[in-house]
Amino acid sequence: MCTTGLFAEIDALGLSYSELNQRVRIAVESGARRLVLRNVAGQRYIGTNLYGCADRQGLSGLLLEIHGTPGNDLGAFLDGPTIVVYGNAMDGTGNTMTSGRIVIHGRAGDITGLSARGGEIFVRDSVGYRTGVHMKQYQGNRPVIVIGGTSQDFLGEYMAGGIIILLGLHLKANEPHACNRLCSGMHGGAVFVRGTLRHGSLGHGVSVQPLNADDRQLVAVYVSRYAELFGADADSIMNASFTKLVPATGRPYKQLYAY
Amino acid sequence: MDLVSLLKLNNPFGDDKRHAACAIFGMMNVSGELMPGEQVFAAMNNMHERGNGLGAGFAVYGLYPHMRDYYALHVMFTDVRGKTAAEELLRKSFVLEGSEPIPTRKTPGISAEPLLWRYFLAPLDTSLGEDGEQDLLMDMVLRLNTEVPDTFVFSCGKNMGVFKGVGYPDQIAHFYRLEDYSGYIWTAHSRFPTNSHAWWGGAHPFCLVDWSVVHNGEISSYGTNRAFLETLGYRCTLFTDTEVMAYAVDLLMRRQKMTPELFAKVVAPPFWEEIDAMAEPERTLHTALRVTYAGLLMNGPFAVVIANGEQMIALTDRIRLRPLTVAVRGDIFYVSSEEAAIRFVCPGVDAVWTPKGGVPVVGRLGLIPKPEHASDNVGVCVTACGGYRDAAQS
Repeated sequence: MCTTGLFAEIDALGLSYSELNQRVRIAVESGARRLVLRNVAGQRYIGTNLYGCADRQGLSGLLLEIHGTPGNDLGAFLDGPTIVVYGNAMDGTGNTMTSGRIVIHGRAGDITGLSARGGEIFVRDSVGYRTGVHMKQYQGNRPVIVIGGTSQDFLGEYMAGGIIILLGLHLKANEPHACNRLCSGMHGGAVFVRGTLRHGSLGHGVSVQPLNADDRQLVAVYVSRYAELFGADADSIMNASFTKLVPATGRPYKQLYAY
Repeated sequence: MDLVSLLKLNNPFGDDKRHAACAIFGMMNVSGELMPGEQVFAAMNNMHERGNGLGAGFAVYGLYPHMRDYYALHVMFTDVRGKTAAEELLRKSFVLEGSEPIPTRKTPGISAEPLLWRYFLAPLDTSLGEDGEQDLLMDMVLRLNTEVPDTFVFSCGKNMGVFKGVGYPDQIAHFYRLEDYSGYIWTAHSRFPTNSHAWWGGAHPFCLVDWSVVHNGEISSYGTNRAFLETLGYRCTLFTDTEVMAYAVDLLMRRQKMTPELFAKVVAPPFWEEIDAMAEPERTLHTALRVTYAGLLMNGPFAVVIANGEQMIALTDRIRLRPLTVAVRGDIFYVSSEEAAIRFVCPGVDAVWTPKGGVPVVGRLGLIPKPEHASDNVGVCVTACGGYRDAAQS
């Protein structure tokens, strides 16, 4: 490991997740604010548990650049830092994250953003199953997931808050999104879908609505961030039809318990 | 100083807790070219923390080219008396063309190993035909495993074999000297037993007449599946849920000659509401399969890699409650619990994707699988990882 001022580079080759994360924490404790991790191959929990390694401001200014394939639960409980992956992410990216940003220059696996409570996840390509499962929001904390491609099944499952934006950029004209059972059990938050959904692909209790002016403005903010991050044209992305999915009721299973 | 503070000394961040699940991996060269196992060992090692050392194993196809016409039998004996009795029973129906100990070596961490033996068999009755010979072998294996004490056949088939035991994958590979073998299909497993105890025979792969299964997950419908299979003569004796998958593979794909695609529709069928929405003739087909094989629907989370001499199949339960990633590179088809393990041994894959639940991805001799979507191609991403060779050298 070489740490120079605010910059540190760590070669992850042959390191266990425990050894790698320990080196990351030591680097942050020593004052590094930009870390480049090379040869990452499946090490889990990268970016997790950095509390106490720096103050709040220090953590918010921290950038972790990952080359290779980070393991499961990348950025779990993340609170402040930015993680950029040059490659694909596996399962559980941003698990229960609170704040900060995760940018994936590739695809992400299953349960991306599960139980997130805040922060932003940008995935350039597609995502696996159950993205955003049980995301939530509280007052000013609202997690956002932006997906450039499409999604596999159960996007927004049991979603209680937050925003998911599904762009379908690689889909051919009139090709619907791959996802089935969207928003099963959803009871909060919103999913914005660019392009078309397959007939019968929604979970129960989901209401399909057009975007109002506020919605479009909100989506445009995150689309321009996506475009900036991955070099796309925000205007042409926005120049398409969007659909908004919200829960039909805030308590879809009340019959199950109350009667 | 107590244990807790010792841990703090070693790791001041206190994150030594081990989170585990099983690891499965497979690689097939669809051209049939033989490959050493080094990539498989490195990939399994990369997923070390998914297992807990209570079981690991490998299935290798193309293993015994010089004995390809004989059925290879790998047997564990917990007592040498079992060996005498087993050979006596074998000789009633088979000629023993070869009989030798499976080469092993002392390996730290491997203990209580049974007597490990392999046989190469030809049926005494030469008029049975292939199906008849396989049924004879199947009956023999079930009899050896249930009637002969201290004996467990853990692999039987032509030009293939399973090596397994209680340990981590790197220990088992070292113990069985697997660097001495080559194959065009390798599948591998690292175990984290949840519902059943660890023993040498309970490690994966499970193998019956050429077909092998490695499994991550839990088959919650074990009781129903077992009841169905026992009416057809299978005897469940292995103390693990995976055996019903192995018997279903034997029944549906070996005996009834179903394609992997049809097999998947039995064990991981679409939901009724999806079937109701299908056009004919798919609706009739799916309805018939679900009704006929209701007892073989496998509930619960699973990911499996199934292989025989012709093909390697990757499949998850219908809502993919266990992870599985597939990739292709030239003629090589990879399957893994984790994408990182594939990229670790093959940084420059042509395509990588996570298959849809209940939909098998099949590599066949001469046929490499294709990704489902254009977006599954990975041409644009990736600064490659340094690779396992560098790691091995450092």
